[in-house]
Amino acid sequence: MAILEVENIYKNFGETQVLKGISFSLEQGQALAIIGASGSGKTTLLRCLNFLERPDRGIIRVNGDVLFDAQDPSTQLEKEIRKKRLNFGLVFQSFHLFPQYTVLKNVTLASELLTKEQLKHQGRAALRAAYQDIEEQARMLLDQMGLLDKVNAYPHQLSGGQQQRVAIARALALHPKILCFDEPTSALDPELTGEVLRVIRGLAEKKTTMVIVTHEMAFARDVADHVIFMDDGVIVEEGRPEDLFSNPKEERTRQFLSRYSSSN
Amino acid sequence: MSNFSTIMARLLEAFRLNGQLFILTLVFALPLGLIIAFGSMSRWKPLSLLTRTVVWIIRGTPLMLQIIVIFFAPGLLGWGSPWGAGASGRFSAATVAFVINYACYFSEIYRGGIQGVPKGQTEAGQVLGMTKSQIFFKVTLLQVVKRILPAMSNEIITLVKDTSLARIISNKEIIMMAHEYTAKGLIWPLFFTGVFFLVFVGALTLLFNALEKKLDYFRC
Repeated sequence: MAILEVENIYKNFGETQVLKGISFSLEQGQALAIIGASGSGKTTLLRCLNFLERPDRGIIRVNGDVLFDAQDPSTQLEKEIRKKRLNFGLVFQSFHLFPQYTVLKNVTLASELLTKEQLKHQGRAALRAAYQDIEEQARMLLDQMGLLDKVNAYPHQLSGGQQQRVAIARALALHPKILCFDEPTSALDPELTGEVLRVIRGLAEKKTTMVIVTHEMAFARDVADHVIFMDDGVIVEEGRPEDLFSNPKEERTRQFLSRYSSSN
Repeated sequence: MSNFSTIMARLLEAFRLNGQLFILTLVFALPLGLIIAFGSMSRWKPLSLLTRTVVWIIRGTPLMLQIIVIFFAPGLLGWGSPWGAGASGRFSAATVAFVINYACYFSEIYRGGIQGVPKGQTEAGQVLGMTKSQIFFKVTLLQVVKRILPAMSNEIITLVKDTSLARIISNKEIIMMAHEYTAKGLIWPLFFTGVFFLVFVGALTLLFNALEKKLDYFRC
């Protein structure tokens, strides 16, 4: 059973139809790359998965459970949406770290708030122990990102690449089933994209289930198990990276890829 | 020179009224402003429209006028004056006018601050499973405070001096008192009145500078 099943997603913003019937599935441990021109709907799709946008039609399933069904209002209750969001993690193009907290606190904040709720009826000692666990885990994550020496720094003191790596640690701290990346390197200077891509590659090697929207074609080709090319709100073509990048079947795919290889 | 100390004592006594009005206005207008801000930002159109209209009227008409209206209107409209004839009633009326007026000004500053926080901050909180109130108190609030501190310090310093407007319904505040002494040929009470205001505003300026410095550990 696929860990993520997306069925027939439609989304308009007013008059504009941004998603026109998107369906795909993702197996656990696989990395899915979504490529396409700006305006193709890739970001909107990702935002729908993370419940930042509400599809007008379609179904989203995780591990077989229907998380969202446009036709079933009982799947759209505000209280439940919050818990459903925890199935996914999202790393934003502009990082969006919390500026008033240290790097360490950025990573631990959400876990601490969740734990506080869950341990509401237990004593202070239990809470303190849980917080210590959270902090240790956060330090481990930041160490994996190569940022252990920056735990007490504030976001404005870090480079873009460092901030994005903190953002990845922050998303991982909640153990999401599916980690999503929305053009993680598009806001970075070219010298800084490497360090972030290295981290994502590392996650892929550890079989983290991921959906990555990216413009880095070489990276997508290298790291993804499956690639989707979107254009104008529909999936034009999908397949294994070796097939799609070398032998695109559709004309639109060919045109898109040629634009990228010629500008590279 | 007992004249000097008596007059100074009276000036200080009158300044106490300015001070009380200042503190009471802040105590009520600071929270009320937040409520009004949420009303202005409400997604329920009737509420936001009503709130914004009220804010527009209050900010668009002179505070002096509002003080007069609040004091005299109930009586003149035949509803019976809730203020009574004494000094405390006149003070209460002035306080009510000040609170409403400054709450509206504060609400616009709050609204600007809240809407100025990038949407990405809220969304980052959301995808991390935070509730709306957690996002507001743990993410948005401090960023808003840092942003609005300069504008708020401006408004609050203006409030210090605006308190003298209470004299329009015969509240015995310091400028009214100093003005009376000019009729007796004395100019120096006016000078000392200025000094009192300078010291008060100076202290507030130091306070706000310290607050801004405290929030300087991060950039947003």
